[in-house]
Amino acid sequence: MRSLLRRDLWLAVRAGGGFGLGLAFFLLVAVIVPLGVGPEPATLAKIAPGILWVGALLSCLLSLDRIFALDFEDGSLDLLATSPMPMEAVVAIKSLAHWLVTGLPLVAVSPVLGLLLNLAPEGYIWLIVSLALGTPALSVIGAFGAALTVGLKRGGLLLSLLVLPLYMPTLIFGAEVVKRGAQGLAVGTPLALLAAITAGSLALLPFAAAAAIRVNLR
Amino acid sequence: MNMRVQDLTVARGGVAVLEGVSFELGARRALILRGPNGIGKTTLLRTLAGLQPAVAGRIDVEPDAVAYAAHADGIKAVLSVRENLAFWANAYGGRDVGAALTAMNLDDLAERRAANLSAGQKRRLGLARLLVTGRKVWMMDEPTVSLDTASVALFAGVVRAHLAAGGSALIATHIDLGIEAEVLDLAPFKARAPVAGGQMGAFDEAFE
Repeated sequence: MRSLLRRDLWLAVRAGGGFGLGLAFFLLVAVIVPLGVGPEPATLAKIAPGILWVGALLSCLLSLDRIFALDFEDGSLDLLATSPMPMEAVVAIKSLAHWLVTGLPLVAVSPVLGLLLNLAPEGYIWLIVSLALGTPALSVIGAFGAALTVGLKRGGLLLSLLVLPLYMPTLIFGAEVVKRGAQGLAVGTPLALLAAITAGSLALLPFAAAAAIRVNLR
Repeated sequence: MNMRVQDLTVARGGVAVLEGVSFELGARRALILRGPNGIGKTTLLRTLAGLQPAVAGRIDVEPDAVAYAAHADGIKAVLSVRENLAFWANAYGGRDVGAALTAMNLDDLAERRAANLSAGQKRRLGLARLLVTGRKVWMMDEPTVSLDTASVALFAGVVRAHLAAGGSALIATHIDLGIEAEVLDLAPFKARAPVAGGQMGAFDEAFE
């Protein structure tokens, strides 16, 4: 299991692995939005929580089809399925690797982008907390979508269509946490719901994704 | 007895391709699967490897005994030969990579990135993976594709050593490997067409 995690991280950071792609996209979104809506600080502060969360979600989406597609193409997925590693563990490890490569860097740079979008000072801590809590759900839900579409030629668009609706609850509660935090209101309820979504997806979706992969490998 | 197959029916794309396949594979034995293109050699091997369900019949095999080598070798281009092999060795419980590299004559290439290997060298790396699995039953799908004569002889020697150590091998191939093996011709097991009373595959079971 550790060797699979090590391999996936290694593959992501080596040439052509796509590391930093999501991060660069996130950065671009945060830079482009002020250009589009104008530089009024009040407007930017108002939309900052939503834009930051939508940006994080889209950059996550960008790298989803790599989770299983590359392994499917070169035959590794067949060999992994016949190896002693349970498919559920393979899915969980690959989701973790995706989060470490995509989600964690997003969490780390989000305060800087908050600055670009004039996020209220009280909101920073909740931006970090909500992204740290919510992005694992994005990765594992995405892995489920990738498992459903593995083996489809150019399944990337279908994957986005499948996964985006599943991302809605995470987006709504994640952005709500930041919005309330920035206004100095209590964030307990959306934070608890966000945590519940993450915990639920982490617990259930690796099994669903493993089942989907087994069907797709037939 | 490493593997026993009784009255097996396998399907591809929802249509049975082989039916009534039965054979036994004992320790120290090799079985060569022969048959024209499309007869279902790969489908049979994938079913035996557990990648797809059988339509009917029994497969008796010890748990964790099978290692499967498919058409694709599952090689990561950006990893070195040693790293590629070490990953699979770890996945199967951490066996020694060095011996497998030597056996498949990959020592000189060990630190080279797999992207820079030739097709035959990639194949040798893919076959070296079988050695680090430590599994008893090797199932190989066209293992000699893109291998030169010397490499085929090398591979035959590796299989012979595996058999001598109590293992067994199931090989789908069109060429003569020079291994003492029984030959199973799959042509007589060709499934009847569905209109002629043949079975449909498991894929369609939800629609029946």
